[in-house]
Amino acid sequence: MKPMTIFRAWLATLLLGVAGLALAQGNLEIDTPAIAALKQSMQQRHAQLAPLYASGAVGIAADGNVALRDASGVPLAQRGQVNALVAAENADRAALYREIARANGHPEWEADVRKTFGERWIERAQAGWWVQRGGNWVRK
Amino acid sequence: MTAFLRLAMLGAVLASAGACVTINIYFPAAAAEKAADRIIDDVWQLREGATPGAQPDPEGGAK
Repeated sequence: MKPMTIFRAWLATLLLGVAGLALAQGNLEIDTPAIAALKQSMQQRHAQLAPLYASGAVGIAADGNVALRDASGVPLAQRGQVNALVAAENADRAALYREIARANGHPEWEADVRKTFGERWIERAQAGWWVQRGGNWVRK
Repeated sequence: MTAFLRLAMLGAVLASAGACVTINIYFPAAAAEKAADRIIDDVWQLREGATPGAQPDPEGGAK
């Protein structure tokens, strides 16, 4: 083989490698039945959670969860229900983070996935909702 | 083509192939952000720029 041919083959291999790298970096697998089911469950619960975010009773925590922030505006009779909503949401979120890490063949990414989501939930939260920043609750 | 050059090129190919395998060990932060945003769009129904709780467009609503 001529050196030029070898060089071209080498270049092609390198480019293929770079393309593969870009592809691997491009997307995480999130289209699995388990993730779809969790999304569906969370989407349905959001109808009940949205007014609680708006009133400030529930806030978007920094750790990728939601948290009971100020129950004083919630009638006593409904506090148990709000607690149950928060607990159910956080259970779904934990399962979601675990599933995304697992679906991508890296269960050890779970904490990183949670951290990324924690930042994105806060970033995407609506104006007026309470979010946790630097350990304090602030109203967006 | 000297044997040395051939060996050097083989080394370079193996090194770049190795880099591709290694890279996936690290958490792909940018891809994770994109994935998170897609899921948040779905869960909070943020697609089409609609804000939950906002008055739905009467003409765009279901009939």
